[in-house]
Amino acid sequence: MSILTTLQLLPLFGAIVIAVLPVGNAKLIKQTALGFSLLVTAVSLFMAFSFKTDEAALQFTETRSWISAFNINYSVGIDGMALALILMTTILVPIVFLAGWNESENGRWSVKVFYILLLILETMMIGVFAATDVFLFYVIFEAMLLPVYFLIGGYGVGERAAAAMKFLLYSLFGGLLMLAALIGLYIISTNQGGGTFDIAKLSELTIDAPTQNWLFLGFFIAFAIKAPLWPLHTWLPTAAKSATAGTSTLLLGVLDKVGTYGMIRFCMNFFPEATKTFTPAIITLAVISILYGAFLAIGQKDINSLIAFTSISHFGFITLGIFALTSQGLTGAIFYMVNHGFSTAALFLTAGWMIKRRGSSMISDFGGLQRVTPVLAWSFFLAGMSALALPGLSSFISEFLVLVGSFAKYPVAAILGTTGIILAALYVLIVVQKSLHGETPETNKGILDLNLREKIAIAPVIVVLVVLGFYPKPVLSVINTTTQTIMTHAGVSDPIAKVAK
Amino acid sequence: MLTAPKLDYALLAPILIILGAALLGVIVEAFVKQALRARLQLAIALTGIIIAFEQLYRVRNEGSSIAAVTSVSIDGSGIFIQGAILVFAFLGILIIADQDHFAPQASALPGSSEEASALESGKQQTEVFPLTLFAVSGAMLFPIATDFITLFVALEVLSLPLYLMVGLSRRRRLLSQEAALKYFLLGAYSSAFFLFGSALLYGYSGSLSLNGLTDAIKGSGGNDVFLLLGAAFLSVGLLFKIGAVPFHSWTPDVYQGAPTPITGFMAAATKAAAFGATLRIFYIGLDAAQVSWKPAIAGIAVITMVFGSIAAISQRDIKRMLALSSIAHTGFVLTAVVSLNKSALSATLFYLVAYGFATIGAFGIVTLVRDSAGEVTDINRWVGLGKKSPLVAAVFSLFLLSFAGIPLTSGFVGKFAIFSAAYESGNIYLVVAGVLSSAIAVFFYLRLILMLFFADATSGSVSVVIPSLLTRIAISICAIATLVLGLAPSLLFDVAQNFAYFLR
Repeated sequence: MSILTTLQLLPLFGAIVIAVLPVGNAKLIKQTALGFSLLVTAVSLFMAFSFKTDEAALQFTETRSWISAFNINYSVGIDGMALALILMTTILVPIVFLAGWNESENGRWSVKVFYILLLILETMMIGVFAATDVFLFYVIFEAMLLPVYFLIGGYGVGERAAAAMKFLLYSLFGGLLMLAALIGLYIISTNQGGGTFDIAKLSELTIDAPTQNWLFLGFFIAFAIKAPLWPLHTWLPTAAKSATAGTSTLLLGVLDKVGTYGMIRFCMNFFPEATKTFTPAIITLAVISILYGAFLAIGQKDINSLIAFTSISHFGFITLGIFALTSQGLTGAIFYMVNHGFSTAALFLTAGWMIKRRGSSMISDFGGLQRVTPVLAWSFFLAGMSALALPGLSSFISEFLVLVGSFAKYPVAAILGTTGIILAALYVLIVVQKSLHGETPETNKGILDLNLREKIAIAPVIVVLVVLGFYPKPVLSVINTTTQTIMTHAGVSDPIAKVAK
Repeated sequence: MLTAPKLDYALLAPILIILGAALLGVIVEAFVKQALRARLQLAIALTGIIIAFEQLYRVRNEGSSIAAVTSVSIDGSGIFIQGAILVFAFLGILIIADQDHFAPQASALPGSSEEASALESGKQQTEVFPLTLFAVSGAMLFPIATDFITLFVALEVLSLPLYLMVGLSRRRRLLSQEAALKYFLLGAYSSAFFLFGSALLYGYSGSLSLNGLTDAIKGSGGNDVFLLLGAAFLSVGLLFKIGAVPFHSWTPDVYQGAPTPITGFMAAATKAAAFGATLRIFYIGLDAAQVSWKPAIAGIAVITMVFGSIAAISQRDIKRMLALSSIAHTGFVLTAVVSLNKSALSATLFYLVAYGFATIGAFGIVTLVRDSAGEVTDINRWVGLGKKSPLVAAVFSLFLLSFAGIPLTSGFVGKFAIFSAAYESGNIYLVVAGVLSSAIAVFFYLRLILMLFFADATSGSVSVVIPSLLTRIAISICAIATLVLGLAPSLLFDVAQNFAYFLR
């Protein structure tokens, strides 16, 4: 059994253990869940250290027959991109557990169900990045919606049921389109010597241009809903507004990454010609997303909606980087995916604490928190700085790479994208100013600062943001090999800069 | 001089055993006193089904197209569907055994004093057991019959007991009787179409058998008008039975009016039987003329999927909603009929089993959700069930997720198999239509789950009765099958592949 399979099964095993614990003992359940998630982190770190960065082939592979009639296998394996995303996931999960220690207690169901759902979700989040069989990927891609659906609907606030429903319907619709494309791909592989769902084998198929375009769209729309790209984004703000901070973190930080991950892993890999055909259109959508998300973020009154819209803007950057089809853009996009995970986690978690303490998520209800809760305020400030890509924090490097990479091929898009940075400064600074600075109103004077548990939870996130900001090499070197492999396969190369005489 | 035909009793035995058990049941009705009947009937029915299944298992690898001269052809697909029907019948009977769903005396007028006294004296209409077995025997004959007379006889043996059983509901008896009458009249009408179609095809080919029909089409001997009209009329009869649009209008009424255990049995077993016969007729009899019927059936498949999915959205009655969802599923399976390849055949076999389990389970749960006046089928009153009875709500959601085709349930694998068979045969538009109507259908399944779990119970909300042991067993088997076939579909799919062939 590969270490990847072990890693996937660990949280599931944790969920089973929790299932037999007594319902009443919430503390024990939380500790068990945290213990298992930390164990998963440890195993994933161990795996990362034995990962060979300069090897292009998939590592820790394992294949077992699952549905032999369709040659569907349980096959897993990771390259640099998958490793980076899996590490991000396994590090974020215990942080989410620790940060939201009490958020499961006001739900529709018990604490136990909450942690079972989260651990099942972790199994699926690892599996979705590890899968090297498209069918397996699809099954996890769809099945992981259900835990999130129940987490939003069962433990969220406000119009949680409607938000959960909207989220699920959007995602399932995209998923069904992808299913049709997936079947098409399978049948094409059947006609070309043996049906298969193996990613490596599928990427070797020769597909004629019109078919490529249709299949590409089937996959791309599913991922664009997931990512989410304008105009398919409308489910995200409602979901983020209703979900608990922890769920939002995992939803935006990890689950939505499956969308951009899929664009690279499947769209570019399987349909290189169609990718080139659609690139101008997608770049346009990406730029619209950057600007639209940023403009709407400026106008938001609710903190969670604000964070959701900033994410739409950031996903625009990631998509821009991917479809710039340059190695810098792609590396930047993959690195951005990791950074955005941590940066969003910092934002949602600190905002979640603020909202919980104040009992309101309206920006106007805050003010002057800097004086009463310095640690919380500084954490939120740092999270905001990371969202606006302040140099010295990791998101700066990725945003810079994306813009440089896309400027080489699409200068207009890159320039428009750059204005997104200015807008980012605006939306972040406005919320920082309104909530942290100024007079402290009477209602906010009694707000308590972070306790030890919360400090422990947020510390690693900030450490990651700062350390990767100054020393991104470990992650970049892991990603670079993947980038080169993908670029070579897609048949694109970096433009050679013109030198002025 | 007439010679007695040679019959291969070993191969025919499963049907004969069921018929024998049914006749034994009739005798029990006549000679055993009331108090003992229900238990005895249950024992006879279950034993009969188990023995029949065992015999079927014994002959599973034998095939013969001359088991009863040329009237039946026992082959892989036939045996597989017969096995599925027996399993559904077993599960169905377990739920039917809860006699609380049936009128104490079907002949008493609704609301009459006769009815009241029958109710008081604790009478039971235990005839439902032999009636079910008769229907099962017809259902088992239908998918293996290879000539039009046998097909027609099987269709009637299958249908007539069902007409009666639909009218047996204990509560809302007028609705039940109305449904029975509607089903009977429309069913008789469609049988007439079937028979008329057979006659025209006989006129075309000069033969009553499917093989003879194929030979005639290949030889292009007869008048093509007869062929087309005959095929069209025959299709009407079949499409009625499987509930395809535009011959579906009975489905919601009958599913709603019938006693719920009967609805579940009917939805699973008759659908399997009718699809078995449909597949055989189209794959064996009319295969050579596919150019002329394929577009029509493909069109019906699309309309059926889309209609079923859209119409279900506005339903407020859970049984009607499940009926319309079953129409949508009929459309999916018709996609496979049109595909006419081996993978479509195995996909259909898998789908019918997966769907059957989920359907019996889902209707089984409907029987449990009651208030003081009996079952509650108004969806609005199911609100908040997840809070009161989390397990029941969770299992019901599992069935709904399977209907919706969400991964890790059997429904997803079935849908995937059918769509890939359709794609393989080049009918990409059917795949697209299927995917889009699935997307529509997902909405109402999920809305129902949402109501169960995410809404607070109101004063009108219902409770769940504690299920009888037998019902509990049946629902558990269905739920486990739905999960296992979703997680490890190879268990059944490999079997379906081995059995996916027709003997000519």
